[in-house]
Amino acid sequence: MTTMMRAFETGATAVASTLASAAAPVEAAPVGQPAPQPAQPQPAPPHGRAIVITSGKGGVGKTTTTANLGTALAARGQRVVLVDADVGLRNLDIVLGLESRVRFHLLDVLEEKASLDEALVRDKRSDSLSLLAAAQTREKEDVVTAHMTALIEELRRRFDYVLIDCPAGIEKGFKNAVAGAQHAIIVCTPEVSAVRDADRVVGLLPNDWHPDLIVNRVRPQLVKKGKMLSVEDVNDILRLPLLGVIAEEPGVIVATNKGEPLALDPASGIGAAYRAIAAKLAGDEAPSAGSDPAVSGGGWFAKLGALLGGR
Amino acid sequence: MLEFLKKLFLPPERSSETAKERLRVVLLSDHLSLAPETVEALKRDLLEVISKYVEIDPAHADVTFEQREREVAMLANVPITGIRERPRPTAPRTEEPSPSPQLVAPTVDAPQAAADEPPAAALAPEEEAAVASAPQAQEKQPPPTRASYAGAPRRRRRKKTVALQGPAPG
Ligand SMILES: Nc1ncnc2c1ncn2[C@@H]1O[C@H](COP(=O)(O)OP(=O)(O)OP(=O)(O)O)[C@@H](O)[C@H]1O
Ligand SMILES: [Mg+2]
Repeated sequence: MTTMMRAFETGATAVASTLASAAAPVEAAPVGQPAPQPAQPQPAPPHGRAIVITSGKGGVGKTTTTANLGTALAARGQRVVLVDADVGLRNLDIVLGLESRVRFHLLDVLEEKASLDEALVRDKRSDSLSLLAAAQTREKEDVVTAHMTALIEELRRRFDYVLIDCPAGIEKGFKNAVAGAQHAIIVCTPEVSAVRDADRVVGLLPNDWHPDLIVNRVRPQLVKKGKMLSVEDVNDILRLPLLGVIAEEPGVIVATNKGEPLALDPASGIGAAYRAIAAKLAGDEAPSAGSDPAVSGGGWFAKLGALLGGR
Repeated sequence: MLEFLKKLFLPPERSSETAKERLRVVLLSDHLSLAPETVEALKRDLLEVISKYVEIDPAHADVTFEQREREVAMLANVPITGIRERPRPTAPRTEEPSPSPQLVAPTVDAPQAAADEPPAAALAPEEEAAVASAPQAQEKQPPPTRASYAGAPRRRRRKKTVALQGPAPG
């Protein structure tokens, strides 16, 4: 634990100097490269994966997905930090039930009013999950993209996964959320507007990215009656690797009310689906038999069936 | 009453199919408007082909895309300034080193047998394929040529993506 804290302190110094160099007018300043620190061990290289959860359209489940996926990854023993990049509309803290613990936020860190250690909030349930909350009373335009990139790089030194909860839209907030990331998960619902926006967002991501897709709020009964686009329909259009399918379920809202992500609920089909997504993301394609019914069948029909049966 | 009978006897409407079809068309249109280089290249090639058969005014040519109910239509409006006595032979592509063909002043070929057969090539049945409105007829605005796009121009990066698996085989 002591060594952990020490590492954190080192990192905090590193990020401060990083941000200073990014703010300096000298173009050549190596953004994200901490200044040499005499008598300090070299900081770890940024090994973690920074993934932005984005959608274009609002309200499709980015925050829910970030909270649950982060929780599920942490439960697998990964060190995870969730970054709420939705500056001005802070949500992630309340979805995780951590709102009372937030003292400082993202912009405090970017503007060096607080150290990263002061601003990182440890999850109630898991020691390996942390949150960096968004500022509630600031605007997305206040975030300097280079600072954000440097911060994400610093977080990648400390954590295995940096999940960035992107704001809706394709403006500055989106660009800042994407800036430091290396990968994207597109959250989409089976609605024409959400699919169109998802397509647009994919077109705005760097060309060499291979974004994954999560289809959320699927209602199998409606799909069967032909009243809702199926996951297949959605992906006929988007053609992205399918990471997972999440059914529409009142349980999600109940979990949000309580601030307890479903990913920890062993009885929840949604939780199982998020755990399966975490397994897939971690490159563990074959989750231990029985524990993750949502992927056991392989196909998405099977997944949905498992979701329904898992309730 | 009619509505009631319809409800009774017609299969229930599958709005998901409507949704998918509408999405297909709107994304086609979105992608076309997002790919100006592609559209420019298409326009250049199109005018090049047309100018083999008729003299045109490329400066006032216009190629646009219009979203319809079930398709995206390409509308080409190309002023014709003169008729070629004999279509220029189709040169093999490799013999054309210039990427931007000179369309403005095509040399008129020596008038030959006026009864020459039209070439078996490109612009087939007149009213269907004529991509033109002669300048004099401008007021009347003949319906522009229409060519439906068969498939969406997929962005490069899409190629490698893997679609979802079907139902499990077992
Ligand atoms: N699978 C689901 N079943 C039922 N309700 C859901 C599901 N997923 C999300 N919701 C609900 O939808 C609402 C929006 O979800 P969420 O806040 O995660 O979306 P968002 O994409 O982050 O929105 P915003 O664009 O505003 O940031 C929330 O009330 C959430 O509880
Ligand atoms: Mg959100």
